[in-house]
Amino acid sequence: MEKVIEIQHLSKSFGTHEVLKDIDFAVHKGEVVCVIGSSGSGKSTLLRCINLLEKPSGGQIIYNGENILDDRHDIHAYRTKLGMVFQQFNLFNNHNVINNCTVGQVKVLKRRREEAEKVALKYLKVVGMDQYVNAKARQLSGGQKQRVAIARALSMEPDVMLFDEPTSALDPEMVGEVLKVMKDLAKSGLTMLVVTHEMEFAKEVSDRVVFMDKGVIVEEGPPEQIFNNPTHERTREFLKRTLR
Amino acid sequence: MSYEWIVNILTNNWPMFLRGAGMTLLISIIGTLIGAFIGLVIGIVHTIPMPERGMKKILLKIINFVLSAYIEFFRGTPMMVQAMVIFYGSALAFGIDMDVFLAAVFIVSINTGAYMSEIVRGGIVSVDKGQFESAQAIGMNHFQTMMHVVLPQVVRNILPATGNQFVINIKDTAVLSVIGVTELFFQTRTVSGNNFRYFESFFVACVLYFIMTFAITLLLRRLERRMDGPENYSMIGGLPMQVAKPEDTENKIKI
Repeated sequence: MEKVIEIQHLSKSFGTHEVLKDIDFAVHKGEVVCVIGSSGSGKSTLLRCINLLEKPSGGQIIYNGENILDDRHDIHAYRTKLGMVFQQFNLFNNHNVINNCTVGQVKVLKRRREEAEKVALKYLKVVGMDQYVNAKARQLSGGQKQRVAIARALSMEPDVMLFDEPTSALDPEMVGEVLKVMKDLAKSGLTMLVVTHEMEFAKEVSDRVVFMDKGVIVEEGPPEQIFNNPTHERTREFLKRTLR
Repeated sequence: MSYEWIVNILTNNWPMFLRGAGMTLLISIIGTLIGAFIGLVIGIVHTIPMPERGMKKILLKIINFVLSAYIEFFRGTPMMVQAMVIFYGSALAFGIDMDVFLAAVFIVSINTGAYMSEIVRGGIVSVDKGQFESAQAIGMNHFQTMMHVVLPQVVRNILPATGNQFVINIKDTAVLSVIGVTELFFQTRTVSGNNFRYFESFFVACVLYFIMTFAITLLLRRLERRMDGPENYSMIGGLPMQVAKPEDTENKIKI
């Protein structure tokens, strides 16, 4: 299978604290990968390193056969190819729902306004927020905000979607609506890399589960294997604590 | 104090008062606008992320140093003294003959610029980090992030502080009378010098200053409310929305 993103020997330190240690990892086209692990294991940092919100301390990120950590590489063009969904939604407060989804298309991808609106509406429909185009971020609930944030990322038509604990900041009753959207997206063949604490979601949706602990990938494999037959002691302990 | 004297002063000197108030307002409006613009530009430059090496880093460091020096100098010295240095000083030392009005606008502008750049910097810092990150995550560069996401929020957030600066400018133009700008304070002094009714003349000036500052305050409040936009939103082709009050629904359904 074709690799969308490949990471080689990636490391990241904050000061003397090593958060990621020599990570090798790849995401293939059409694959849904869930990254699980306890807080502080480096899974969010891994995601943030992939789209360069954190600058990796060492290693390579290969996209389209090029190492994007090269100085000459245009990181802005690269980022348009990665859709990012944040834990805290981060909708643009000064724009309404539709403009949240069009501003990137118009200003970065240089699409025409009408075209951008068409694309935005298409994806707002996918997340079930097409009736709210006039609303501002502050007028929406958490679940609605996150669904708009997903539509905003999809509107850029990225090669891969990155989800950074998309349901962790939501009220329990709103988690379902966001997970449902993500399940639908996964079924549609979108390439997804999801950092999550939702074990049921990981079990049900992912093609591959990656377990991280203390800055290294301890174990990865199909969900049945990770959840039913983990080979490592640390994985077993983590699952015992979270699944109960 | 007598009522007759105030009427008397007004009937004899109203064109002078009006011209003075107009001059005060003109200088403070232009000065505040230019100053706010200077502040925005400096605020953006000050928040450019520092490159890790190379010429760009050195250049940015020099620019930041010069801008900081400018801010600290003009915030740290009285405007009255600056006016003397810039107007009389430049005439005597360098033979530059400045127009009084232009000199006044210049002094107010660079002063406001120094204060506003700190206000703008505070405004940019107070914008949630997530806003920058999500803008970068869809591929925006620093300039695009600023123009389309951060600055619109900054402008809204610093509006109260800008209004405050505007009010200060209206009052502080009084010190510009030292370089002979014919603003309200200068005119009032001329009037009172002729009739020796200091209390009544300056009482009129007080009222005029207050009308100007209060009007500006009210105007900016309205602007703030307009920028916040409507409290409610309309849904497209759907059911009436959840946050609507019963009396709102009829205007909602039309759209």
